[in-house]
Amino acid sequence: MTTNTNGAAAFQQRTIIALVQDRPGVLARISGLFRRRGFNIASLTVGRSERPGLSRMTFVVEGPPHVVQHVAAQLDRLVEVVEVQDITEKNIVWRELALIKVSAPPENRSEVLELANVFRVNVIDIGAHSLTMEVTGGRNKINSLIELLRRFGIREVIRTGRVATLRGALIEGQEEGAHTLTESVEHFYVPTAGDSGSV
Amino acid sequence: MVAKKLNGGQIVCEALLNEGVDVVFGLPGGAILPFYGEISKYPNLRHVLVRHEQGAAHAADGYARSTGKVGVACATSGPGATNLITGLATAMMDSAPVVAITGQVGRAAIGTDAFQETDITGATLPVTKHNYLVMRAQDIGPTIHEAFHIARTGRPGPVLIDIPKDVFQEEAEYDYERDSQIDLPGYQVASTADEAQVEKAIELINEAERPVILAGHGVIISRAFDELRELAEKAEIPVVATLLGISGFPEDHPLFVGFPGMHGLAYASLALDEADLIVAIGSRFDDRIVGDPKRFSPRSKKIQIDIDKAEINKTLVADAPVVGDVKAVLGQINPKVKSTKHTDWLERVEHLKAEHPSLKIRETDELLGQHVIKALSDVTKGDAIICTGVGQHQMWAAQHYRFTNANSWFSSGGLGTMGYEVPSAIGAQMGNPDRLVWSICGDGGFQMTSMELATAVENRLPVKYAILNNNHLGMITQWQGLFYDGDFQAETYSANPDFVKLAEAYGMKGIRVTRQEDLESAIREANEHPGPVIVDFVIEKVDNVYPMIPAGGSVEELIEESL
Repeated sequence: MTTNTNGAAAFQQRTIIALVQDRPGVLARISGLFRRRGFNIASLTVGRSERPGLSRMTFVVEGPPHVVQHVAAQLDRLVEVVEVQDITEKNIVWRELALIKVSAPPENRSEVLELANVFRVNVIDIGAHSLTMEVTGGRNKINSLIELLRRFGIREVIRTGRVATLRGALIEGQEEGAHTLTESVEHFYVPTAGDSGSV
Repeated sequence: MVAKKLNGGQIVCEALLNEGVDVVFGLPGGAILPFYGEISKYPNLRHVLVRHEQGAAHAADGYARSTGKVGVACATSGPGATNLITGLATAMMDSAPVVAITGQVGRAAIGTDAFQETDITGATLPVTKHNYLVMRAQDIGPTIHEAFHIARTGRPGPVLIDIPKDVFQEEAEYDYERDSQIDLPGYQVASTADEAQVEKAIELINEAERPVILAGHGVIISRAFDELRELAEKAEIPVVATLLGISGFPEDHPLFVGFPGMHGLAYASLALDEADLIVAIGSRFDDRIVGDPKRFSPRSKKIQIDIDKAEINKTLVADAPVVGDVKAVLGQINPKVKSTKHTDWLERVEHLKAEHPSLKIRETDELLGQHVIKALSDVTKGDAIICTGVGQHQMWAAQHYRFTNANSWFSSGGLGTMGYEVPSAIGAQMGNPDRLVWSICGDGGFQMTSMELATAVENRLPVKYAILNNNHLGMITQWQGLFYDGDFQAETYSANPDFVKLAEAYGMKGIRVTRQEDLESAIREANEHPGPVIVDFVIEKVDNVYPMIPAGGSVEELIEESL
């Protein structure tokens, strides 16, 4: 949550995942709902889910807390929305992806590639004067890389929205997305207050 | 049953009949003509020809609210369909189950800006509960059955089905058994509520010392009249009804208080203000009741019972939200509520009524709107169905008509649609041929939809139209006087037609009343006339509705009339 100059809560970001019927016009229904209820979409990602006929959407919405806390309930009213979960307060893993096309003439190409290496990103295309890298991770990681690449000359940045899911249960009987034991699991990216919007 | 091969228009008719539809309000046009070519072959499906498609939507709405069945409206593509929108939005805001069927241009022409083409599913997204564009005749049957299911269950609402002209003409198999199977994984209808939520609500009711029930439209939609009365009597809780909750609780009952809010009765608003518990039953805490949410009933806890969980905490934070169907939830709550007396609190409410006589009409020789409603209420013994438009006449009607029958008040509460009163009364009369239907109109709203008088005459519907005629947009005059420094603009109707002659032009009976002493005889004369009637009540030109709590205010800003 950010605060305005008076210190009062101003805008809040929430992460919502929804399973929706894969029918024409569903996205228009959802985006129309967001518009008329005053929810601002920070990002929206859609793709087919593991269940036939259903797509999964991940939304990041922002707005005043009393407004955005209603997003899930409003979405659930739509006939074609099968399941909806506001996972903002849950323990989640999430990723964004960016393709960054950066100027890389022969004289500084090795420096750019070194940076790519440090960030463990894939270089997926090399041209005579540019290369394109694919970076996956949290927002801070992507933002840092963009900042570092800026001096070489960024030609294009193409970012996806966030995709998210609840963390799996670690012990028997635990619910998915519960906030326990996560710090000990190195494999996962553990969201922090500054980065994830999940707290 | 063997599947029958039918064309799309026939499938629409058969599916409507299978849904129990007996009347369709509509107006034809090119794209929907194939449907009209079939409907005449189904004598059990009565078509009522309206004069404007908005009237079809409002008539279907009035039919739906008054019967509890789904109302059906149909219109052609383009302007026919867009003319429905105000009616659909009205039904959406007030949770009325309406199914609208619109013709669309042929499939090949969709998206080409063809003659009379409009993207009506796109245009009605925000004003329908759901909508469909049906691109294959084989989908018509399942879509109609799904649409009716969605329109009438849960929180009811309008559903629009758009069918291209050539889909009406295409043949497909229709099998009711198969096509009426509902498979909607994303649409669950709440019935009983979660036990923990119910327990919390019961605890608050049992602890309360100054409880008030705020009975909303949900009580009427759910037909929870007996359950509401049982709760009120068992726990001895006074009942405040919202504008659309009127006629959900008998008004001659000692626990009945009245309707609160902007033009509600002062004592009803004050009872809510002084309460320590509000049991909101099927009410969405509309801004006309709440005003300033920070100052609304600040000492009370709130129980909010609603079938739509998106209403919970939308305006006010509920201490005990209960998501479920009102009738089912009250069935859960009532057995566990303690039989109690709230003698002191009821005395206090009676005291508020005595101190704030909001229903007292000021002494004058002029004919006032309040006099008309009071006389209508007295002469009809509170037994009529009342439809209203929006404005001063609506507020006076809500205040002064004393309903003795459940579900007899139909008014555009949410959208505030002027003109709703003329066609909605046609729908209500069609659905209730044995009841007396009075449409209470303002002279402004009446002229927005008065072309539907022809529909009433043509269909021999004996609706009685009471025009509270002050040659003004009365509520506009009131607001300009109170909030815009008396800068009166565009509020006078200096060229109203002679409404008695208008009645006669339509072949109706017309009566004019200008004096208090003629009220009762004129109303009796209208009641006894077998056909539709206009009574032109010429009331005082400029008058304000009181009490009044200005928009966004609280009882601290309550304005009462000095009598």
